[in-house]
Amino acid sequence: MSAPQSDNKVSLPDVEALFETLLGQLKPRVSHAAGMVGIVTGGVWLAERLHAALGLRAPLGMLDVSFYRDDVGEKGIKPQVSPSQIPFDVDGRDILLVDDVLFTGRTVRAAMNELFDYGRPARIDLAVLADRGGRELPIEPLYCGGRVDVPKGSILMLDRDPRGVMSMSLSSRRRQRGAGT
Amino acid sequence: MNNPQLNDRGGLRHLLTIEGLPRETLVNILDTARSFVSLSGREVKKVPLLRGKSVFNLFFEPSTRTRTTFEIAAKRLSADVINLNIQSSSQSKGESLLDTIDNLAAMHADMFVVRHSQSGAPHLIARHLTRQNVINAGDGRHSHPTQGLLDAYTIRHHKKDFSKLSVAIVGDVLHSRVARSAIHALTTLGTPDVRAVGPRTLLPTELERLGVRTYTDMAAGVRDCDVIMTLRLQNERMQGPLLPSAQEYFKSYGLTPERLALAKKDAIVMHPGPMNRGVEIDSAVADGPQSVILQQVTFGIAVRMAVMAILAGQGGYGMTQTETGTSSGENR
Repeated sequence: MSAPQSDNKVSLPDVEALFETLLGQLKPRVSHAAGMVGIVTGGVWLAERLHAALGLRAPLGMLDVSFYRDDVGEKGIKPQVSPSQIPFDVDGRDILLVDDVLFTGRTVRAAMNELFDYGRPARIDLAVLADRGGRELPIEPLYCGGRVDVPKGSILMLDRDPRGVMSMSLSSRRRQRGAGT
Repeated sequence: MNNPQLNDRGGLRHLLTIEGLPRETLVNILDTARSFVSLSGREVKKVPLLRGKSVFNLFFEPSTRTRTTFEIAAKRLSADVINLNIQSSSQSKGESLLDTIDNLAAMHADMFVVRHSQSGAPHLIARHLTRQNVINAGDGRHSHPTQGLLDAYTIRHHKKDFSKLSVAIVGDVLHSRVARSAIHALTTLGTPDVRAVGPRTLLPTELERLGVRTYTDMAAGVRDCDVIMTLRLQNERMQGPLLPSAQEYFKSYGLTPERLALAKKDAIVMHPGPMNRGVEIDSAVADGPQSVILQQVTFGIAVRMAVMAILAGQGGYGMTQTETGTSSGENR
Protein backbone atom coordinates (compact mmCIF):
# COMPACT_ATOMS: atom_id res chain seq x y z
CA MET A 1 0.00 0.00 0.00
CA SER A 2 1.52 3.32 -1.01
CA ALA A 3 1.99 5.97 1.66
CA PRO A 4 -0.59 8.70 1.46
CA GLN A 5 0.77 12.04 0.35
CA SER A 6 -0.08 15.03 2.49
CA ASP A 7 0.75 18.65 3.03
CA ASN A 8 0.60 18.22 6.79
CA LYS A 9 1.73 15.69 9.28
CA VAL A 10 -1.63 14.01 9.62
CA SER A 11 -1.89 10.26 9.37
CA LEU A 12 -4.47 9.24 6.82
CA PRO A 13 -6.38 6.00 7.09
CA ASP A 14 -5.96 3.02 4.85
CA VAL A 15 -8.72 3.20 2.25
CA GLU A 16 -9.00 -0.59 2.00
CA ALA A 17 -9.58 -0.89 5.73
CA LEU A 18 -12.30 1.77 5.61
CA PHE A 19 -13.83 0.04 2.61
CA GLU A 20 -13.96 -3.34 4.35
CA THR A 21 -15.57 -1.81 7.43
CA LEU A 22 -18.17 -0.04 5.30
CA LEU A 23 -18.91 -3.12 3.22
CA GLY A 24 -19.24 -5.18 6.40
CA GLN A 25 -21.92 -2.79 7.67
CA LEU A 26 -23.81 -2.75 4.37
CA LYS A 27 -23.83 -6.47 3.55
CA PRO A 28 -26.34 -7.70 6.13
CA ARG A 29 -28.67 -4.72 5.78
CA VAL A 30 -28.90 -3.65 2.15
CA SER A 31 -31.55 -5.30 -0.01
CA HIS A 32 -30.64 -6.45 -3.53
CA ALA A 33 -33.52 -4.35 -4.79
CA ALA A 34 -32.04 -1.10 -3.43
CA GLY A 35 -30.88 1.52 -5.90
CA MET A 36 -27.35 2.78 -5.35
CA VAL A 37 -26.34 6.31 -6.31
CA GLY A 38 -22.76 7.58 -6.15
CA ILE A 39 -21.92 11.27 -5.95
CA VAL A 40 -19.42 12.39 -8.59
CA THR A 41 -16.43 11.90 -8.48
CA GLY A 42 -15.08 10.03 -5.46
CA GLY A 43 -18.50 8.74 -4.44
CA VAL A 44 -18.93 7.07 -7.83
CA TRP A 45 -15.58 5.28 -7.57
CA LEU A 46 -16.54 4.00 -4.16
CA ALA A 47 -20.06 3.11 -5.31
CA GLU A 48 -18.72 1.12 -8.28
CA ARG A 49 -16.91 -1.22 -5.90
CA LEU A 50 -19.72 -1.41 -3.37
CA HIS A 51 -22.28 -2.05 -6.09
CA ALA A 52 -20.29 -4.99 -7.42
CA ALA A 53 -19.54 -6.39 -3.96
CA LEU A 54 -23.18 -6.20 -2.87
CA GLY A 55 -24.53 -7.62 -6.13
CA LEU A 56 -27.32 -5.08 -6.47
CA ARG A 57 -29.79 -5.75 -9.28
CA ALA A 58 -30.44 -2.20 -10.50
CA PRO A 59 -27.57 -0.55 -12.39
CA LEU A 60 -25.53 2.05 -10.53
CA GLY A 61 -26.71 5.66 -10.66
CA MET A 62 -24.58 8.76 -10.41
CA LEU A 63 -25.27 12.35 -9.47
CA ASP A 64 -23.24 15.43 -10.21
CA VAL A 65 -24.80 17.87 -7.78
CA SER A 66 -23.22 20.97 -9.35
CA PHE A 67 -26.58 22.42 -10.36
CA TYR A 68 -27.98 21.93 -6.86
CA ARG A 69 -25.22 23.36 -4.73
CA ASP A 70 -26.06 26.21 -2.40
CA ASP A 71 -22.79 28.01 -3.12
CA VAL A 72 -23.22 28.48 -6.88
CA GLY A 73 -23.66 32.22 -6.35
CA GLU A 74 -20.24 32.52 -4.71
CA LYS A 75 -18.31 29.77 -6.42
CA GLY A 76 -19.95 29.33 -9.81
CA ILE A 77 -20.40 25.98 -11.45
CA LYS A 78 -17.30 23.93 -11.99
CA PRO A 79 -15.88 23.64 -15.49
CA GLN A 80 -16.60 19.93 -15.95
CA VAL A 81 -20.08 18.89 -14.96
CA SER A 82 -20.83 15.28 -15.76
CA PRO A 83 -24.43 14.49 -16.59
CA SER A 84 -26.32 12.85 -13.75
CA GLN A 85 -27.70 9.42 -14.59
CA ILE A 86 -30.27 7.51 -12.61
CA PRO A 87 -30.88 4.35 -14.66
CA PHE A 88 -33.74 3.06 -12.51
CA ASP A 89 -37.11 4.24 -11.30
CA VAL A 90 -36.66 6.27 -8.13
CA ASP A 91 -40.34 6.22 -7.15
CA GLY A 92 -40.96 3.98 -4.18
CA ARG A 93 -37.42 2.58 -4.11
CA ASP A 94 -34.93 2.36 -1.24
CA ILE A 95 -31.95 4.46 -2.28
CA LEU A 96 -28.44 4.16 -0.92
CA LEU A 97 -26.55 7.40 -1.47
CA VAL A 98 -22.76 6.94 -1.53
CA ASP A 99 -20.03 9.54 -1.11
CA ASP A 100 -16.34 9.37 -0.28
CA VAL A 101 -15.95 12.04 2.38
CA LEU A 102 -18.69 13.55 4.52
CA PHE A 103 -17.98 17.02 5.87
CA THR A 104 -20.53 19.86 6.11
CA GLY A 105 -23.40 17.79 4.69
CA ARG A 106 -24.16 20.34 2.00
CA THR A 107 -23.28 17.99 -0.84
CA VAL A 108 -25.63 15.38 0.57
CA ARG A 109 -28.41 17.93 0.89
CA ALA A 110 -27.87 18.91 -2.77
CA ALA A 111 -27.91 15.24 -3.78
CA MET A 112 -31.17 14.60 -1.95
CA ASN A 113 -32.78 17.60 -3.60
CA GLU A 114 -31.66 16.36 -6.99
CA LEU A 115 -32.90 12.81 -6.28
CA PHE A 116 -36.36 14.14 -5.54
CA ASP A 117 -36.46 15.66 -9.01
CA TYR A 118 -36.31 12.10 -10.35
CA GLY A 119 -39.15 10.85 -8.20
CA ARG A 120 -40.20 10.07 -4.63
CA PRO A 121 -37.94 7.45 -3.07
CA ALA A 122 -39.31 5.21 -0.31
CA ARG A 123 -36.23 6.06 1.75
CA ILE A 124 -32.70 7.38 1.33
CA ASP A 125 -29.78 6.10 3.39
CA LEU A 126 -26.30 7.50 3.37
CA ALA A 127 -23.04 5.53 3.18
CA VAL A 128 -19.66 7.27 3.34
CA LEU A 129 -16.10 6.03 3.38
CA ALA A 130 -14.87 8.69 5.80
CA ASP A 131 -16.60 11.14 8.13
CA ARG A 132 -14.46 14.13 8.98
CA GLY A 133 -17.04 15.85 11.21
CA GLY A 134 -17.76 19.57 10.84
CA ARG A 135 -21.41 19.20 9.89
CA GLU A 136 -23.40 22.33 9.11
CA LEU A 137 -26.67 20.50 8.49
CA PRO A 138 -28.58 17.81 10.38
CA ILE A 139 -27.26 14.96 8.21
CA GLU A 140 -25.66 11.76 9.53
CA PRO A 141 -24.53 8.64 7.70
CA LEU A 142 -26.16 5.34 8.52
CA TYR A 143 -23.09 3.50 7.21
CA CYS A 144 -19.57 4.85 7.68
CA GLY A 145 -16.09 3.38 7.06
CA GLY A 146 -14.55 5.45 9.81
CA ARG A 147 -13.95 8.82 11.37
CA VAL A 148 -10.98 10.82 10.09
CA ASP A 149 -9.73 13.89 11.88
CA VAL A 150 -8.05 16.43 9.65
CA PRO A 151 -7.38 20.17 10.09
CA LYS A 152 -10.43 22.31 9.39
CA GLY A 153 -9.12 24.28 6.40
CA SER A 154 -7.71 21.29 4.57
CA ILE A 155 -9.33 19.16 1.90
CA LEU A 156 -9.51 15.42 2.26
CA MET A 157 -10.19 13.56 -0.92
CA LEU A 158 -10.24 10.17 -2.47
CA ASP A 159 -7.92 9.50 -5.40
CA ARG A 160 -7.83 6.62 -7.81
CA ASP A 161 -4.78 5.69 -9.82
CA PRO A 162 -4.92 4.27 -13.37
CA ARG A 163 -4.90 0.70 -11.96
CA GLY A 164 -8.01 1.49 -9.95
CA VAL A 165 -6.25 1.57 -6.58
CA MET A 166 -7.84 4.12 -4.27
CA SER A 167 -6.05 6.23 -1.69
CA MET A 168 -6.75 9.31 0.36
CA SER A 169 -4.89 12.56 0.22
CA LEU A 170 -4.95 15.79 2.10
CA SER A 171 -4.26 19.15 0.55
CA SER A 172 -4.69 22.79 1.29
CA ARG A 173 -6.28 23.63 -2.05
CA ARG A 174 -8.59 22.06 -4.58
CA ARG A 175 -7.07 20.24 -7.49
CA GLN A 176 -7.89 17.78 -10.21
CA ARG A 177 -8.78 14.24 -9.22
CA GLY A 178 -6.29 11.55 -10.12
CA ALA A 179 -6.54 9.71 -13.41
CA GLY A 180 -8.89 6.84 -13.87
CA THR A 181 -12.25 8.47 -14.55
CA MET B 1 -6.50 42.74 -25.30
CA ASN B 2 -9.12 43.62 -22.75
CA ASN B 3 -12.27 41.66 -23.45
CA PRO B 4 -15.35 43.26 -21.88
CA GLN B 5 -17.01 39.85 -21.76
CA LEU B 6 -14.51 38.42 -19.30
CA ASN B 7 -13.87 39.30 -15.68
CA ASP B 8 -10.37 39.79 -14.30
CA ARG B 9 -10.02 36.05 -13.66
CA GLY B 10 -10.96 35.19 -17.22
CA GLY B 11 -14.47 34.02 -16.27
CA LEU B 12 -17.40 34.83 -18.50
CA ARG B 13 -19.29 37.90 -17.29
CA HIS B 14 -21.34 38.76 -20.40
CA LEU B 15 -21.89 36.90 -23.64
CA LEU B 16 -21.79 39.53 -26.37
CA THR B 17 -19.96 37.87 -29.23
CA ILE B 18 -18.00 34.68 -29.84
CA GLU B 19 -15.19 36.62 -31.44
CA GLY B 20 -12.23 36.78 -29.10
CA LEU B 21 -13.47 34.20 -26.62
CA PRO B 22 -10.91 31.53 -25.72
CA ARG B 23 -11.50 28.03 -26.95
CA GLU B 24 -11.74 26.72 -23.37
CA THR B 25 -14.64 29.07 -22.69
CA LEU B 26 -16.55 27.68 -25.67
CA VAL B 27 -15.75 24.09 -24.75
CA ASN B 28 -16.86 24.76 -21.19
CA ILE B 29 -20.21 26.09 -22.42
CA LEU B 30 -20.72 23.08 -24.71
CA ASP B 31 -19.77 20.64 -21.94
CA THR B 32 -22.11 22.30 -19.47
CA ALA B 33 -24.89 22.26 -22.08
CA ARG B 34 -24.42 18.51 -22.40
CA SER B 35 -25.44 17.94 -18.82
CA PHE B 36 -28.48 20.16 -19.31
CA VAL B 37 -29.54 18.10 -22.34
CA SER B 38 -29.67 15.07 -20.06
CA LEU B 39 -32.20 16.82 -17.80
CA SER B 40 -34.92 16.55 -20.41
CA GLY B 41 -35.36 12.85 -19.62
CA ARG B 42 -36.25 13.55 -16.02
CA GLU B 43 -39.53 13.82 -14.19
CA VAL B 44 -38.69 17.37 -13.08
CA LYS B 45 -36.82 19.25 -15.78
CA LYS B 46 -35.87 22.17 -13.60
CA VAL B 47 -32.73 22.77 -11.57
CA PRO B 48 -32.52 25.44 -8.86
CA LEU B 49 -29.42 27.25 -10.16
CA LEU B 50 -31.08 30.62 -10.79
CA ARG B 51 -33.68 30.43 -8.06
CA GLY B 52 -34.62 33.90 -6.90
CA LYS B 53 -32.94 35.58 -9.88
CA SER B 54 -34.79 37.71 -12.40
CA VAL B 55 -34.00 37.40 -16.09
CA PHE B 56 -35.29 40.17 -18.31
CA ASN B 57 -35.79 39.30 -21.97
CA LEU B 58 -35.45 42.62 -23.78
CA PHE B 59 -36.49 42.26 -27.37
CA PHE B 60 -36.19 45.46 -29.35
CA GLU B 61 -36.68 43.38 -32.49
CA PRO B 62 -39.31 40.69 -32.92
CA SER B 63 -38.39 37.04 -32.40
CA THR B 64 -40.34 33.95 -31.52
CA ARG B 65 -37.91 31.06 -31.39
CA THR B 66 -35.00 32.81 -29.73
CA ARG B 67 -37.15 34.59 -27.16
CA THR B 68 -39.09 31.44 -26.35
CA THR B 69 -36.01 29.26 -25.96
CA PHE B 70 -34.36 31.87 -23.71
CA GLU B 71 -37.54 31.97 -21.67
CA ILE B 72 -37.67 28.19 -21.35
CA ALA B 73 -33.96 28.06 -20.52
CA ALA B 74 -34.33 30.61 -17.73
CA LYS B 75 -37.41 28.85 -16.36
CA ARG B 76 -35.67 25.47 -16.34
CA LEU B 77 -33.01 27.14 -14.20
CA SER B 78 -35.82 28.30 -11.86
CA ALA B 79 -35.38 32.00 -12.64
CA ASP B 80 -38.23 34.46 -12.82
CA VAL B 81 -38.57 35.63 -16.40
CA ILE B 82 -39.92 38.97 -17.53
CA ASN B 83 -40.48 39.40 -21.26
CA LEU B 84 -40.44 42.89 -22.69
CA ASN B 85 -41.12 43.76 -26.29
CA ILE B 86 -39.76 47.23 -26.28
CA GLN B 87 -40.60 48.38 -29.76
CA SER B 88 -44.17 48.70 -28.61
CA SER B 89 -43.37 50.39 -25.33
CA SER B 90 -41.23 53.13 -23.80
CA GLN B 91 -38.89 53.56 -26.76
CA SER B 92 -41.82 54.75 -28.80
CA LYS B 93 -42.45 57.31 -26.08
CA GLY B 94 -38.92 58.61 -26.54
CA GLU B 95 -37.06 57.06 -23.61
CA SER B 96 -33.38 56.40 -24.29
CA LEU B 97 -32.01 52.87 -24.29
CA LEU B 98 -29.89 53.34 -21.20
CA ASP B 99 -32.75 55.02 -19.30
CA THR B 100 -34.86 51.96 -20.06
CA ILE B 101 -32.08 49.75 -18.77
CA ASP B 102 -31.62 51.80 -15.60
CA ASN B 103 -35.32 51.51 -14.87
CA LEU B 104 -35.28 47.75 -15.32
CA ALA B 105 -32.13 47.44 -13.23
CA ALA B 106 -33.96 49.36 -10.50
CA MET B 107 -36.56 46.57 -10.63
CA HIS B 108 -33.76 44.23 -9.46
CA ALA B 109 -32.95 42.54 -12.71
CA ASP B 110 -30.05 40.10 -12.48
CA MET B 111 -29.60 39.25 -16.13
CA PHE B 112 -30.56 40.88 -19.41
CA VAL B 113 -31.11 38.97 -22.63
CA VAL B 114 -30.99 41.59 -25.36
CA ARG B 115 -31.99 41.53 -29.00
CA HIS B 116 -31.58 44.76 -30.91
CA SER B 117 -31.51 45.79 -34.55
CA GLN B 118 -28.49 48.01 -33.88
CA SER B 119 -25.12 46.25 -33.88
CA GLY B 120 -23.37 46.95 -30.59
CA ALA B 121 -26.45 47.71 -28.48
CA PRO B 122 -25.79 44.80 -26.06
CA HIS B 123 -22.16 46.00 -25.69
CA LEU B 124 -23.40 49.44 -24.78
CA ILE B 125 -25.72 47.98 -22.16
CA ALA B 126 -23.03 45.69 -20.77
CA ARG B 127 -20.58 48.56 -20.35
CA HIS B 128 -23.25 50.60 -18.63
CA LEU B 129 -24.12 48.00 -16.01
CA THR B 130 -22.00 47.08 -13.02
CA ARG B 131 -23.86 44.18 -11.45
CA GLN B 132 -25.99 42.46 -14.07
CA ASN B 133 -25.02 40.01 -16.79
CA VAL B 134 -25.89 40.64 -20.42
CA ILE B 135 -26.50 38.04 -23.10
CA ASN B 136 -26.65 39.15 -26.70
CA ALA B 137 -29.61 37.45 -28.37
CA GLY B 138 -28.78 38.99 -31.75
CA ASP B 139 -27.65 42.52 -32.58
CA GLY B 140 -28.02 43.87 -36.11
CA ARG B 141 -25.69 42.13 -38.53
CA HIS B 142 -23.07 41.73 -35.87
CA SER B 143 -23.49 38.70 -33.67
CA HIS B 144 -25.83 36.03 -32.35
CA PRO B 145 -23.51 34.12 -30.05
CA THR B 146 -25.95 31.61 -28.56
CA GLN B 147 -26.99 30.60 -32.08
CA GLY B 148 -23.32 30.08 -32.99
CA LEU B 149 -22.90 27.98 -29.86
CA LEU B 150 -25.96 25.85 -30.47
CA ASP B 151 -24.77 25.28 -34.03
CA ALA B 152 -21.41 24.17 -32.64
CA TYR B 153 -23.17 21.98 -30.09
CA THR B 154 -25.29 20.31 -32.78
CA ILE B 155 -22.23 19.69 -34.94
CA ARG B 156 -20.26 18.27 -32.04
CA HIS B 157 -23.19 16.05 -31.08
CA HIS B 158 -23.18 14.44 -34.52
CA LYS B 159 -19.53 14.67 -35.57
CA LYS B 160 -17.78 14.49 -32.15
CA ASP B 161 -14.63 16.27 -33.25
CA PHE B 162 -14.13 19.54 -35.15
CA SER B 163 -10.57 18.86 -36.25
CA LYS B 164 -11.38 17.04 -39.47
CA LEU B 165 -14.59 18.74 -40.54
CA SER B 166 -15.65 20.58 -43.66
CA VAL B 167 -18.55 22.93 -43.00
CA ALA B 168 -20.32 24.87 -45.75
CA ILE B 169 -22.37 27.92 -44.82
CA VAL B 170 -24.70 28.69 -47.69
CA GLY B 171 -26.56 31.89 -48.42
CA ASP B 172 -26.63 35.50 -47.35
CA VAL B 173 -23.46 35.51 -45.27
CA LEU B 174 -23.08 39.28 -45.65
CA HIS B 175 -26.16 40.20 -43.63
CA SER B 176 -26.11 37.22 -41.32
CA ARG B 177 -25.14 37.50 -37.67
CA VAL B 178 -25.82 33.78 -37.47
CA ALA B 179 -23.14 33.07 -40.06
CA ARG B 180 -20.65 35.40 -38.40
CA SER B 181 -21.16 33.74 -35.01
CA ALA B 182 -20.98 30.24 -36.47
CA ILE B 183 -17.75 31.09 -38.30
CA HIS B 184 -16.12 32.41 -35.12
CA ALA B 185 -17.29 29.40 -33.13
CA LEU B 186 -16.14 26.88 -35.73
CA THR B 187 -12.73 28.41 -36.30
CA THR B 188 -12.11 28.88 -32.57
CA LEU B 189 -13.01 25.23 -32.00
CA GLY B 190 -10.49 24.18 -34.63
CA THR B 191 -12.55 23.40 -37.74
CA PRO B 192 -10.00 23.26 -40.56
CA ASP B 193 -12.35 23.83 -43.50
CA VAL B 194 -15.08 26.45 -43.20
CA ARG B 195 -16.65 27.53 -46.47
CA ALA B 196 -19.02 30.33 -47.35
CA VAL B 197 -21.16 29.66 -50.41
CA GLY B 198 -23.35 32.23 -52.12
CA PRO B 199 -23.61 34.91 -54.75
CA ARG B 200 -20.60 37.24 -54.72
CA THR B 201 -22.85 40.14 -53.69
CA LEU B 202 -23.71 38.34 -50.44
CA LEU B 203 -20.22 37.19 -49.44
CA PRO B 204 -18.39 39.75 -47.31
CA THR B 205 -14.84 40.55 -48.34
CA GLU B 206 -13.34 39.98 -44.88
CA LEU B 207 -14.12 36.26 -44.95
CA GLU B 208 -10.64 35.23 -46.10
CA ARG B 209 -9.17 37.00 -43.09
CA LEU B 210 -11.34 34.81 -40.86
CA GLY B 211 -9.94 31.71 -42.51
CA VAL B 212 -13.05 31.01 -44.57
CA ARG B 213 -12.90 29.87 -48.19
CA THR B 214 -15.53 31.40 -50.45
CA TYR B 215 -17.41 29.69 -53.27
CA THR B 216 -19.86 31.17 -55.72
CA ASP B 217 -20.53 27.75 -57.22
CA MET B 218 -22.90 25.77 -55.00
CA ALA B 219 -21.81 22.33 -56.27
CA ALA B 220 -18.14 23.03 -55.55
CA GLY B 221 -19.00 24.62 -52.22
CA VAL B 222 -20.89 21.68 -50.74
CA ARG B 223 -18.83 18.89 -52.27
CA ASP B 224 -17.59 16.39 -49.64
CA CYS B 225 -18.85 18.52 -46.76
CA ASP B 226 -19.70 17.06 -43.36
CA VAL B 227 -22.09 19.86 -42.47
CA ILE B 228 -24.23 22.17 -44.59
CA MET B 229 -25.66 25.19 -42.82
CA THR B 230 -28.26 26.95 -44.89
CA LEU B 231 -29.06 30.54 -44.00
CA ARG B 232 -32.40 32.24 -44.21
CA LEU B 233 -32.74 34.51 -47.21
CA GLN B 234 -34.31 37.55 -45.64
CA ASN B 235 -37.30 38.79 -47.59
CA GLU B 236 -36.23 42.39 -47.36
CA ARG B 237 -33.02 41.54 -49.23
CA MET B 238 -34.86 40.11 -52.17
CA GLN B 239 -36.20 43.49 -53.16
CA GLY B 240 -32.75 45.08 -53.28
CA PRO B 241 -30.19 45.06 -56.07
CA LEU B 242 -28.15 42.21 -54.53
CA LEU B 243 -30.39 39.40 -55.74
CA PRO B 244 -32.50 38.74 -58.80
CA SER B 245 -35.46 36.87 -57.25
CA ALA B 246 -36.29 34.08 -54.85
CA GLN B 247 -36.80 31.65 -57.73
CA GLU B 248 -33.46 32.56 -59.30
CA TYR B 249 -31.80 32.17 -55.94
CA PHE B 250 -33.28 28.72 -55.42
CA LYS B 251 -32.10 27.67 -58.87
CA SER B 252 -28.49 28.57 -58.03
CA TYR B 253 -28.22 28.09 -54.26
CA GLY B 254 -31.28 26.23 -52.99
CA LEU B 255 -30.33 23.06 -51.12
CA THR B 256 -31.97 20.28 -53.13
CA PRO B 257 -31.57 16.52 -52.68
CA GLU B 258 -29.30 16.49 -55.77
CA ARG B 259 -26.96 19.08 -54.27
CA LEU B 260 -27.03 17.43 -50.87
CA ALA B 261 -25.89 14.23 -52.57
CA LEU B 262 -22.61 15.98 -53.43
CA ALA B 263 -21.76 16.25 -49.74
CA LYS B 264 -20.59 13.30 -47.66
CA LYS B 265 -23.15 10.53 -47.23
CA ASP B 266 -23.51 11.25 -43.53
CA ALA B 267 -23.55 15.04 -43.88
CA ILE B 268 -26.01 16.88 -41.66
CA VAL B 269 -28.19 19.78 -42.77
CA MET B 270 -28.75 22.74 -40.47
CA HIS B 271 -30.83 25.90 -40.63
CA PRO B 272 -31.22 28.60 -37.95
CA GLY B 273 -34.88 29.16 -38.81
CA PRO B 274 -37.27 30.48 -39.79
CA MET B 275 -37.06 28.57 -43.07
CA ASN B 276 -38.22 29.71 -46.48
CA ARG B 277 -39.05 26.41 -48.12
CA GLY B 278 -38.37 26.50 -51.82
CA VAL B 279 -36.05 29.51 -51.48
CA GLU B 280 -32.92 28.42 -49.62
CA ILE B 281 -33.94 24.84 -48.92
CA ASP B 282 -36.08 22.21 -50.59
CA SER B 283 -38.77 20.62 -48.41
CA ALA B 284 -37.44 17.16 -49.21
CA VAL B 285 -34.13 18.15 -47.59
CA ALA B 286 -35.61 20.13 -44.69
CA ASP B 287 -37.78 17.16 -43.70
CA GLY B 288 -35.28 14.51 -44.80
CA PRO B 289 -33.21 12.10 -42.71
CA GLN B 290 -30.09 14.28 -42.80
CA SER B 291 -31.86 17.32 -41.39
CA VAL B 292 -31.08 18.22 -37.77
CA ILE B 293 -32.96 21.50 -37.91
CA LEU B 294 -35.44 20.76 -35.13
CA GLN B 295 -32.71 19.25 -32.98
CA GLN B 296 -30.94 22.60 -33.17
CA VAL B 297 -33.95 24.19 -31.48
CA THR B 298 -33.93 21.62 -28.66
CA PHE B 299 -30.19 21.90 -28.14
CA GLY B 300 -30.59 25.68 -28.16
CA ILE B 301 -32.41 25.48 -24.84
CA ALA B 302 -29.59 23.53 -23.18
CA VAL B 303 -26.93 25.84 -24.63
CA ARG B 304 -28.79 28.92 -23.36
CA MET B 305 -29.16 27.29 -19.95
CA ALA B 306 -25.42 26.66 -19.91
CA VAL B 307 -24.62 30.27 -20.77
CA MET B 308 -26.99 31.61 -18.10
CA ALA B 309 -25.70 29.17 -15.49
CA ILE B 310 -22.08 30.06 -16.20
CA LEU B 311 -22.79 33.80 -16.15
CA ALA B 312 -24.72 33.52 -12.89
CA GLY B 313 -21.73 31.76 -11.35
CA GLN B 314 -19.15 34.10 -12.84
CA GLY B 315 -18.07 35.17 -9.38
CA GLY B 316 -16.41 31.80 -9.11
CA TYR B 317 -14.57 29.58 -11.49
CA GLY B 318 -12.50 31.56 -13.95
CA MET B 319 -10.75 29.94 -16.84
CA THR B 320 -7.42 30.29 -15.08
CA GLN B 321 -8.65 27.70 -12.65
CA THR B 322 -9.33 25.04 -15.23
CA GLU B 323 -5.66 24.13 -15.33
CA THR B 324 -5.75 23.09 -11.73
CA GLY B 325 -9.33 21.96 -12.06
CA THR B 326 -11.53 21.06 -9.18
CA SER B 327 -13.04 17.98 -7.78
CA SER B 328 -16.68 17.33 -7.33
CA GLY B 329 -17.53 19.24 -4.22
CA GLU B 330 -16.14 16.85 -1.66
CA ASN B 331 -15.59 18.03 1.88
CA ARG B 332 -18.46 20.45 1.89
